Amino acid sequence: MDKTVPDLAAAVAGIEDGMVLMVGGFGGSGAPIELIHALIDRFKATGSPKNLTVVNNNAGNGRIGIAAMIDAGMVSKMVCSFPRSADPRAFTEKYLAGEIALELVPQGTLAERIRAGGAGIPAFYTPASFGTDVAKGKPVAEFDGKSYVQERWLKADAALIKAELADTMGNLTYRKAARNFSPLMAAAAKLTIVQATKIVAPGEIDPEQVVTPGIFVNRVVEVADAKQEEALMRDGVAYA
Amino acid sequence: MSQKLSNAQIAWRAAQDIADGAYVNLGIGFPEMVAKFQPPGRQAIFHTENGVLNFGEAPSAGEEDWDLINAGKKAITLKPGAAFFHHADSFGMVRGGHLDVAILGTYEVAENGDLANWSTGPKGVPAVGGAMDLVHGAKRVAVITDHVTKDGKPKLVKRCTLPLTGVGCVTRVYSSLAVIDIEHGRFVLREKLPSMSVEELQAVTGAELMLPDVIGDLVAPEVS
Repeated sequence: MDKTVPDLAAAVAGIEDGMVLMVGGFGGSGAPIELIHALIDRFKATGSPKNLTVVNNNAGNGRIGIAAMIDAGMVSKMVCSFPRSADPRAFTEKYLAGEIALELVPQGTLAERIRAGGAGIPAFYTPASFGTDVAKGKPVAEFDGKSYVQERWLKADAALIKAELADTMGNLTYRKAARNFSPLMAAAAKLTIVQATKIVAPGEIDPEQVVTPGIFVNRVVEVADAKQEEALMRDGVAYA
Repeated sequence: MSQKLSNAQIAWRAAQDIADGAYVNLGIGFPEMVAKFQPPGRQAIFHTENGVLNFGEAPSAGEEDWDLINAGKKAITLKPGAAFFHHADSFGMVRGGHLDVAILGTYEVAENGDLANWSTGPKGVPAVGGAMDLVHGAKRVAVITDHVTKDGKPKLVKRCTLPLTGVGCVTRVYSSLAVIDIEHGRFVLREKLPSMSVEELQAVTGAELMLPDVIGDLVAPEVS
C-alpha cells in the first residue's frame, strides 16, 4: 500500500464543482497553503472547482490560502466559527455584497459536528448556543434538568490537511498546535488529502506517536519547504 | 464617579480567586491580562481552545513560532508539562466540566446569569468563535468588565438586550466598582470600592443588588 502521489496537482485531482471541502488549520497554524494554492492553480487553468462550500474555523486572512480561494471566486459558502482575522477583506467584501453565504457555528460545536461526521454519529446534543440566536430552528431537549441543542454531523467530499510526518500508509503526526481540526477533518471526509513536510517509510513513525491513523487518509504528497500562512501574511504575500 | 479600578486592577482582583493548580481559560483580549497577576506560590494551568494546555507568556519579538499560537492567534510559549490535543478534545475539556474557571469579557451581564458578549447587533460580519461553548461547563464562569459602558449605562442589567452568548451561565462579575455573585437569579454584592456607598453603586447597576451581612472592601494595588 502506497498513498503517496507525485505532486500537488495529482494530490488535489478529483475535487470538483459544488463539493464540500474541509480545510485544516486554525489561523495560520496547520493551514495547508500549498494544497490550497494547487487548487487555485487548477481553477485558474480550467475554471474548476467552483461553488465550493469550505469548512474551516476562519474565513481566510489576507490574500493567500482560503482568502485567495474566495478572491478567485471559487467559494460560494463558508462554514466557520470566526470569519474575522487580521485582514478579512476577501470574505467581508463578498459577504456584505451577498456573494458568499455564511453558516456560523460555535467553535466547539463545529469541532464536534466534524468529529461526529467521522464517527458515524448523525446528531448529538450540546449546551452551547442554547437560548441564543444561533440555536434558532434547531431541536432542543432537556436531559437531567438542563437544556441542550441538537446539532447534526458535518461531513465533506474532501479534506485538505497539513501534517508534519506522514508514512506512505498515511499515518500522520502534526507540528505543535497545528493539529487543531485536522485529525477530525481527516476522518470526516471521503477523500482526505495530506501535504506532509516529510514522507517516511512504514515503521519510521513510532505507532505510539501516530495522531491520525492512515485509515483516514487517501493521498499524501511531500511538501518539504511548506510555507506558514501567518509568516506569509506578515511578509505581505498575495497569491493572485 | 470619582474613582474606579483600572482594567489591570480588575484583572488582578480576578486572579486572586484562582487556586493553585486550577485549569483556566481566559477569553481573548482583556481577560488574557489575568495571567499576569497570579499570586506568588500559585500556578494555574492555562487552556486555549486551539489545543494547548499549560502555555506561557508570549515569546520575544523574532522568536515566534506561528504553529504555536493561542485562540487569539498570538504567539505563545510552552511551560514544562504542556500538552497538545485536537479541537474536539479541547472543547470536551470545556463542556465536560474539566476547567475550573473561565473568565470572559462582556457587553452585558444580567442578574439571571445571561451573558451577551459576542455581537452588538446585526451589522457587519457575525463571528462567535468559542464563546458559546466556553460559557458552559467550567465550574466557575466569571466576567471581568467595566461597571458601565463608555456612555455611562449599566453593563450589569436586569435582562440582556444584545444577542445572548449563553443563558444563566455567569457565576461572578468582577467590575471596576464591585465584585458581585450571581445566585438564584439575583446580583449579590460581595465587595465594593470603599469610597463608594451602596446607594451610589446601585445607581449605576441595572438590577437590584442583594446585600449580605458582610460586604468586603474592593481594594487593588497599583498594577499595570
